[in-house]
Amino acid sequence: MCLGIPGQVTDIYDMEGTLMSKVDFGGVVQEVCVATVPEVKVGQYVLVHAGFALNILSDQEALETIKLFEELEKFNQEHPSGEQPE
Amino acid sequence: MTTLTNANFRSEELTQKLVASIRAITTRPWNIMEICGGQTHAILQYGLDQLLPAGIQLIHGPGCPVCVTSLESIEQALKIARQDDVIFTSFGDMLRVPGAGQDLFSARASGADVRVVYSPMEAVKIAALNSQKKVVFFAVGFETTVPSIAQSVLHAKRNGITNFTILPANVLVPPAMHAILSSPENRVQGFLAAGHVCAVMGYWEYEPIAARYHTPIVVTGFEPVDILNGILMTVQQLEAGMHTVQNAYRRAVTREGNLTAQGIIAQVFEPVDRNWRGIGLIPLSGLGLRPEFQTFDVHEHFELGHETLAESPLCIAGSVLRGVATPHDCPAFGRQCTPGTPLGAPMVSSEGACAAYYRYQRVKA
Amino acid sequence: MTQAGYPEMQGPNCPLPISKREMVVIGHGSGGQLTHELIRDVFQSRLGNPLLNAGNDSALLDLSQALPAGQRLVVSTDAHIVSPLFFPGGDIGRLSVCGTVNDLAMMGAQPRYLTATFIIEEGFLISDLEKIVDSMAAACAEARVQLVAADTKVTEHGKSDGIFISTTGIGWARSTPRIAGDQARPGDAVLVSGPMGNHGIAIAQARGNLGFQSNVVSDTAPLNSLVGQLLAEVPNVHVFRDPTRGGLATTLVEISRQSSVTIELDEKAIPIDPPVRVACELLGLDPLYLANEGNMLVILPAEFAYTALRVLRANPLGNQAAIIGHVTERPQPQLLLKTTLGTTRVLEMLSGEMLPRIC
Repeated sequence: MCLGIPGQVTDIYDMEGTLMSKVDFGGVVQEVCVATVPEVKVGQYVLVHAGFALNILSDQEALETIKLFEELEKFNQEHPSGEQPE
Repeated sequence: MTTLTNANFRSEELTQKLVASIRAITTRPWNIMEICGGQTHAILQYGLDQLLPAGIQLIHGPGCPVCVTSLESIEQALKIARQDDVIFTSFGDMLRVPGAGQDLFSARASGADVRVVYSPMEAVKIAALNSQKKVVFFAVGFETTVPSIAQSVLHAKRNGITNFTILPANVLVPPAMHAILSSPENRVQGFLAAGHVCAVMGYWEYEPIAARYHTPIVVTGFEPVDILNGILMTVQQLEAGMHTVQNAYRRAVTREGNLTAQGIIAQVFEPVDRNWRGIGLIPLSGLGLRPEFQTFDVHEHFELGHETLAESPLCIAGSVLRGVATPHDCPAFGRQCTPGTPLGAPMVSSEGACAAYYRYQRVKA
Repeated sequence: MTQAGYPEMQGPNCPLPISKREMVVIGHGSGGQLTHELIRDVFQSRLGNPLLNAGNDSALLDLSQALPAGQRLVVSTDAHIVSPLFFPGGDIGRLSVCGTVNDLAMMGAQPRYLTATFIIEEGFLISDLEKIVDSMAAACAEARVQLVAADTKVTEHGKSDGIFISTTGIGWARSTPRIAGDQARPGDAVLVSGPMGNHGIAIAQARGNLGFQSNVVSDTAPLNSLVGQLLAEVPNVHVFRDPTRGGLATTLVEISRQSSVTIELDEKAIPIDPPVRVACELLGLDPLYLANEGNMLVILPAEFAYTALRVLRANPLGNQAAIIGHVTERPQPQLLLKTTLGTTRVLEMLSGEMLPRIC
């Protein structure tokens, strides 16, 4: 249900009528079906589960999420918690 | 360089910031359920519950296919696997789940041709290479896994691979959430929605649930930073008395989800009633093959019968899965029921609530 | 072809030796002419040493000069049924020699002599057998051991999985202090000689059904030189063990129980190659439970930890060695892991086979 790993598409091709791709996860390459994301382009990142792409990942959103976390520092300084860490 | 690699979302620094923020805003105890075995696994792997303020209780919901696949399905799987002309294929997760007696692992030891596959397409390939055998795929999993199964059925149909069938056992998340939240014993106050289910299905289906039950729902990912972010946003809503659907996994999830994948699912499957192990029948909570794909249903090719099978009378898995009891409430926990001698599914699966509690308490000893 | 299946002699120009065959046949196990040819052409030619080449029923070993005072004889035996037979970084031949060499080395012993039995299925390619024996010869040379006795049997087609190899090894080790699994003590440091999980992933990949490619290579190697170098500088090692089946975690749980201690590991310190980590995430496997065949754990008093690290890293087999934890005392023996986030979890033994998961 849940193991989904991001990887980069390096090659896209047809296999007996089904759209397939090679995805590089950083030293490991797997054959992944991209029939679920037919608009995908080489170089994009996809989320892979059970040999299938779930979605194309957004670098933009990832950057924004990380930026939001940076805001947390400011928030934490303004609202110090009285609780001690366990 | 991409920000998308998981390493960024495991950073110790970001983890500490998020934990500090959660502590800063928590003024009351809250019960939050996660309904995804993968999130349970990440919480256990990183010990995230050890970092949270004492009042925040994480309840492990019925989010692991191992725990919720019905006893009847497993017995049917065993019956099929034992046939001489069958190659039975399955994800590894299912091999050690006990049926009424055996599990698929021991069936393999007794001579059944049971093979672990990492993808349903692998099962289709096996069928193409073994035309004289019947290849059956155990179709378990939530909506995350369904597109891969649907696409594999389409591929088999397109290429005339008629010896490939599935044993349908897929389940859907929203009906389970309804079942949990509508129960009079419900203790869940906030939900972490399964990020990869939502990558496929979007999260618009959760909006009526949040509104009806006044429960905040936050779409959450799987890395420690993602899970803590999801918890932070849930607690923020709970503290403010809000109950909306929010997205804490924006790099992978949009409100509409993956429409192509949803189309593939709808082409091949339709909602059916399904039995959840330990919980019982939840209407329209499963997926069955549409009439035009019925030949890919193993039930068309084997006489499987419908027995009602009894679980151990000591096992309270149902209550644990729904979050109304903890494993500590179970008289058999740690005594008759241990990971080595499990009585029910949540003790078998490494992500099951009972196995999780069993291992966590040993750290304290 | 004559009735017996031999090619007709064409005269003095016939280029093909009469008994040159491509496949092992039942006749090779009968003890007659074919067996002798197989032994001579495949085994003795590659593994050749005076003891093996003597061709007697047993090897006569003169240990009276070789076995020093205060040393004890150590013996170990192992069977190898690995599938697939050939994998990136090794094969069943290399694995069987290194496996037994390492079993002896883990007692602090220097291995000297090996024996091997081969159970071969009819139809097995001679060229594959030659590759395997070549591999064994190379591994023996690396480990400086001699294979002095061997036996070959041939089964009918379908009665064995290609080839099974069983090896037995003898060596000698000092009598005291003992190096054994029950010698770990509170305060000891725990070291590992290199990255974990490479062998497990190389095998998974070679099996071909997990749908991925990588350049991960098995770590199969003989560890006795590393052990010898370490003991020369740090004689009071308490435990050596190579984390084979069940991986690092299972091996350390075993040791914690044998020694009745708690072992605490620092996840950040455990070396794992990036492609192994990625492959494990993809398949839902835990690298701490994957088999290793060329790396070892070393448990020794903490004051010698940095010396040991230096010695290990000076050897190519140990150049990624690291201190990964320490031994403490708690009411119940346990193996604990401090995660990269500073939280703690218990590591159990691996029960059954580790299976790829989707959840």
